[in-house]
Amino acid sequence: MIMRIIFSLAAALLVATPALAGGNDWVPPVTDAVVQKECGACHMAFQPAFLPARSWDRMMNELDKHFDEDASLPADKAKIIRDYMTANAGDVVTKGRARKYMQWVNPGATPQRITANPDFERKHRFADKVWQDPKVVTKSNCPACHMGADRGLYDDD
Amino acid sequence: MIRPLLMVGLMIALPAAAMAADARRDTILADYAGQARKVDPAFTGFSAQRGESLFRAKWTGGDARTPSCTACHTDNPKTAGQNAKTGRPIEPVAVSVTPKRFTDMAEVEKQFGRDCKSVIGRECSPIEKGDYITFMAGQ
Ligand code: HEC
Repeated sequence: MIMRIIFSLAAALLVATPALAGGNDWVPPVTDAVVQKECGACHMAFQPAFLPARSWDRMMNELDKHFDEDASLPADKAKIIRDYMTANAGDVVTKGRARKYMQWVNPGATPQRITANPDFERKHRFADKVWQDPKVVTKSNCPACHMGADRGLYDDD
Repeated sequence: MIRPLLMVGLMIALPAAAMAADARRDTILADYAGQARKVDPAFTGFSAQRGESLFRAKWTGGDARTPSCTACHTDNPKTAGQNAKTGRPIEPVAVSVTPKRFTDMAEVEKQFGRDCKSVIGRECSPIEKGDYITFMAGQ
């Protein structure tokens, strides 16, 4: 009898756990129109929660060498974007998945690639042919698979 | 009763919006024409044909992932494109399909700057820019 209760409790937990974990796969969405437009012109406008504030600061300092692109912007727009990204950065808001991502960021480091975070890597171990799918193109193309990525929702895997 | 009224309203409103967009595009073209005359006194006007050649040409001076404008904007300006570097979808560039195309000078300049560097490895000239827009305006 006791065994049976323990067994069904364990089963219930097993069923519930993915749902709980899934419920954590979100970050606050980007709400600033300039960020949405300017960052979103070339790639998804990534949510600021995936990097700490100092990383966004560095990124905005190096826009002319942005992952080997010249992504320079007029100063007024760059300032709006810098202010928004640093104010909503992962180490500032610590909401949803941001907490997990920030645990992996060394205090002295200013990472630039969200896809290099161990929490990202851990959840994205796929065969090469998945990454080579023509609609994926690159690891940073979140919306190719996560339909809600633009809204900060990543639990549809 | 409402429906015919709505139709009439749309028939007036839609071309009006398109005309306003066309006027803004013409202003941008006039600006490039002025710049073109400065670099080349023999300049007589933009050519859709030269614009199409620019659009379809294969270059070697830029990023290997983007040897041509068509790498992201596809062979057919009327279809949606996809960014060859990021995978991000791009709205069709033909003006007949996306009427707001080439209507904001800052946007147009920013994108020519990035895309010409990526594909050709240098800035596009005012003549090339005007040719390109003239080609897309007829698509
Ligand atoms: C790396 C991918 C890529 C390549 C290659 C590319 N473009 Fe673009 N282009 C874009 C993106 C992204 C946009 C901005 C999003 C949009 O306007 O839909 C854009 C927009 C533009 C615009 C602005 C349109 C507007 O409505 O104001 C112009 C002009 C333009 N491209 C010209 C070119 C020319 C000329 C070439 C070839 C020399 C080229 N592009 C090649 C990605 C590309």
